[in-house]
Amino acid sequence: MFGKLTLSAIPYTNPIIMFGVGLLALVILSTLGAITYFRKWKYLWTEWLTSVDHKKIGIMYLILAGLMLLRGFADAIMMRTQQALSYGSNMGYLPPGHFDQIFTAHGTIMIFFMAMPFIIGLMNCIVPLQIGARDVAFPLMNNLSLWLTAAGAMLVNVSLAIGNFSRTGWLAYPPLSELHYSPGVGVDYYIWALQVAGVGTTLSGVNFITTILKMRAPGMKMMRMPVFTWTSLIANVLIVAAFPILTVTLGLLAMDRYVGTHFFTNALGGDPMMYVNLIWIWGHPEVYILILPLFGVYGEIVPTFSGKRLFGYTSMVYATVAIGLLSLLVWLHHFFTMGNSPGVNAFFGISTMFIAIPTGVKVFNWMLTMYRGRIRLETPMLWTIAFLITFTIGGMSGMLLAEPPADFVLHNSLFLIAHFHNVIIGGVVFGVFAGLSYWAPKILGFKLNDTLGRAAFWCWVVGFYVAFMPLYVLGFMGATRRMDHYNVPAWHPLFVVAWVGAVIIFAGIILQVAQVVVSIRQREQNRDLTGDPWNGRTLEWALPSPAPAYNFARTPVVRDRDAFWEMKQRGVELKSSTFVPIHMPRNKATGFIIGGFSFLLAFGMIWHIWWLAAICLAGVLGTLIRHAFDDDRDYYLGADEVRRTEDLHGRVQARSV
Amino acid sequence: MKRTSRSRLLRLILPFSATLLLSGCQWAVLNPAGPIGVAEKWIIDTAIGLMLLVVAPVIVLTLFIVWHYRASNTKARYEPDWCHSTKIELTMWGIPIAIVCILSVIAWRSSHQLSPFRPILSNVKPVHIEAVAMDWKWLFIYPNHNIASVNEVAMPVGVPVVFHITSATVMNSFFIPRLGSQIYAMANMQTADNLVASAPGTYRGISANFSGGGFSGMVFNVKAMSESDYKRWLAKAGSSTRTLNDTEYLALDKPSSDVPVTYYGHVNPDLFAQILNGRLAPGGPLAMKATTITSGGEMGPIGRD
Repeated sequence: MFGKLTLSAIPYTNPIIMFGVGLLALVILSTLGAITYFRKWKYLWTEWLTSVDHKKIGIMYLILAGLMLLRGFADAIMMRTQQALSYGSNMGYLPPGHFDQIFTAHGTIMIFFMAMPFIIGLMNCIVPLQIGARDVAFPLMNNLSLWLTAAGAMLVNVSLAIGNFSRTGWLAYPPLSELHYSPGVGVDYYIWALQVAGVGTTLSGVNFITTILKMRAPGMKMMRMPVFTWTSLIANVLIVAAFPILTVTLGLLAMDRYVGTHFFTNALGGDPMMYVNLIWIWGHPEVYILILPLFGVYGEIVPTFSGKRLFGYTSMVYATVAIGLLSLLVWLHHFFTMGNSPGVNAFFGISTMFIAIPTGVKVFNWMLTMYRGRIRLETPMLWTIAFLITFTIGGMSGMLLAEPPADFVLHNSLFLIAHFHNVIIGGVVFGVFAGLSYWAPKILGFKLNDTLGRAAFWCWVVGFYVAFMPLYVLGFMGATRRMDHYNVPAWHPLFVVAWVGAVIIFAGIILQVAQVVVSIRQREQNRDLTGDPWNGRTLEWALPSPAPAYNFARTPVVRDRDAFWEMKQRGVELKSSTFVPIHMPRNKATGFIIGGFSFLLAFGMIWHIWWLAAICLAGVLGTLIRHAFDDDRDYYLGADEVRRTEDLHGRVQARSV
Repeated sequence: MKRTSRSRLLRLILPFSATLLLSGCQWAVLNPAGPIGVAEKWIIDTAIGLMLLVVAPVIVLTLFIVWHYRASNTKARYEPDWCHSTKIELTMWGIPIAIVCILSVIAWRSSHQLSPFRPILSNVKPVHIEAVAMDWKWLFIYPNHNIASVNEVAMPVGVPVVFHITSATVMNSFFIPRLGSQIYAMANMQTADNLVASAPGTYRGISANFSGGGFSGMVFNVKAMSESDYKRWLAKAGSSTRTLNDTEYLALDKPSSDVPVTYYGHVNPDLFAQILNGRLAPGGPLAMKATTITSGGEMGPIGRD
């Protein structure tokens, strides 16, 4: 009846897991309780869960990403604690099987359910506003993408309480991830979580490419697009190019595990090397999917806070495109040590180094934008400066790893771990925080608390260096990744220092949680009434904060790069006197329902509960068909309603006679 | 009072700094014990040096620009519309291109010279050792002596060693940090690692690719010793009464970790080939015939010192 699922799948004998599950249950139950107590279910359902408004979907993505950051960080600090303890006769507090799940979950969650939702959330919140659009091209599909991503994230977290998660590392290399070596449900959780979320991400990619290419305001030629829109466009092209490869690769692995094929097994002609190639043909573009939009964020912040045009816009755009193209040609540098011929290794090493050229150009662009500017050191700018320095160091260690013979001694070592955290924390995470503090007034309508934001910034930056510089050293000392125990005395103090760094970062995260709470409580003091709190340059700042549901009451006309800056120079009036009805998409439950069915479908597949999987598959298809016959998809927001909303923001001009 | 707190602080910091300063030999990769490692360290040093030429000024300049053009410094020049200069932009592309070109030449040449498959040029005949990654220990077979050992491998100093590597289980990576180059160990496939030790000593060997629960305990000792000590070691291992036949192998194949050093005085001569062909693997005789990766092997030996 329930496939492989029995009561013993719940690890109630493990106090550490049960504590985590209890904590999670407490948070969920208290949230549900609070919603019921305040009678907000209807509001939540009609205004948020079924919303097709890109701004609300963006906020929900950001919330998901924030929660997953907490979960992923909990894993991180558990690993750091284990490695700080588990030296010599001390075996630490985590048995290998548990430790292995934690590092796998950490990687999977941080990449797929923290970093990806953060960048897709930021794109949702900002890209349509920057290009003067009313919404994304496919609003309902946008909602569906969100719920598919959320379903994937849920699956990973459910694995904590029911069954277990994969123990293979975040890319599930076969043959270790094959049935023979990983017979449990862990790898199946991994596969189905990523499959469901991956479809959502692919759809997001399609959505944003269409939005950016087809829905720009009149006059906004490609070479007038804000850099964040440019980098988002390239990142989404990479999503559409790369994510289908992930889907196929995991599909083949799933077939090996479910129907006995031998694509990647040791026996019967299977070839694990093929999996490693395929997963990195997706995986390498993936890291650029993560970093490119943040390059765009820095590209917005630096000119704004330097009070200056972006230096070398054209170089910046071509550099972005070059990075996008090159990112598809470097995947093999993740396994120089697999026994490829020297020519192949050298080719991929050199193509990897070539990425440093456009990336270096970008760094120079940012520096020259600040040069002869008037730099205001607000929090977004602090994150940006920390990024410039940290990312340059990370880039340097990356270039070193691109030399195949250097990689022969550093591959898979803690040097590698230090390198990619150096670029992912220093680039992606700092960028997300920079972007959030920059756009918070636009997204939420008020600025975030500055004091707490600055304190969190310092904890993160100091914590990062204390946590990861020792790992570079450990890598040189021959310490490899994913060890639950070691016997080398010289390593121990460095692991302890790294743990201290993690604790400092933890303080930063606590400060950020406090910052969110305090900022919401003080929202009236910090409300942004102008819509343009930073003296911004791009179109999103032309709107009131937060932007009304329809974004632009009157479609803006773009005459130059930095469209809004140019409007301010020209003294364009933002108030209107006449209003027209606006065509709007209607909120629909379709996305949420399909997301729910997909979650249960995956759960059924994981536990071999075939009837559940079949019903849910039928449910997904049925919902799609039902939606196809639903004609009530849009409505017009009346001109009076638009006028009322604009009036609230002081954007109505009295008609002069 | 102040004094005590400072000395307490010192006492806290001292062990850390002491380990960093005094443990030169712990910097395995930066303190190589063989020419391959030395060559790889040279690449690390050169690449870091070249990159620092750009990276260090960039970091310093960034901080300088931020400080000099801060909003409160109204004396600094302010040009809000300056955003393009062909000359500067050409330099901006030129600098990284130049550095990358140099590094690319190094990458091309060194990839060929330091390919783990490439035999090491030497007057002495190389020693052949077969290495098998198992769950979770390393089996070393000396095909010319018909002996084997678990988690310990001896090699004569100054003599090139050709490790023929495969896996009886999942993907692992054969790595002796102080000697240089690692390479993957994969079932049904044979890779090779050409290494040589130039100083006697005991070096740490590991698997550098996560392979499951007992992975952390998959550590082996590499004993680099003089020719005479090496002969003695061979004799000692050869005198073991244990025989690594099929039954014994299948017993060894059961997952275990932190396995103590074991010697086998006699080995089935074709054991490595059998493991390679998957005859002894869970897939049994049905498993595909092995592929030998010979990339790089076709090139003639060239000295690497």
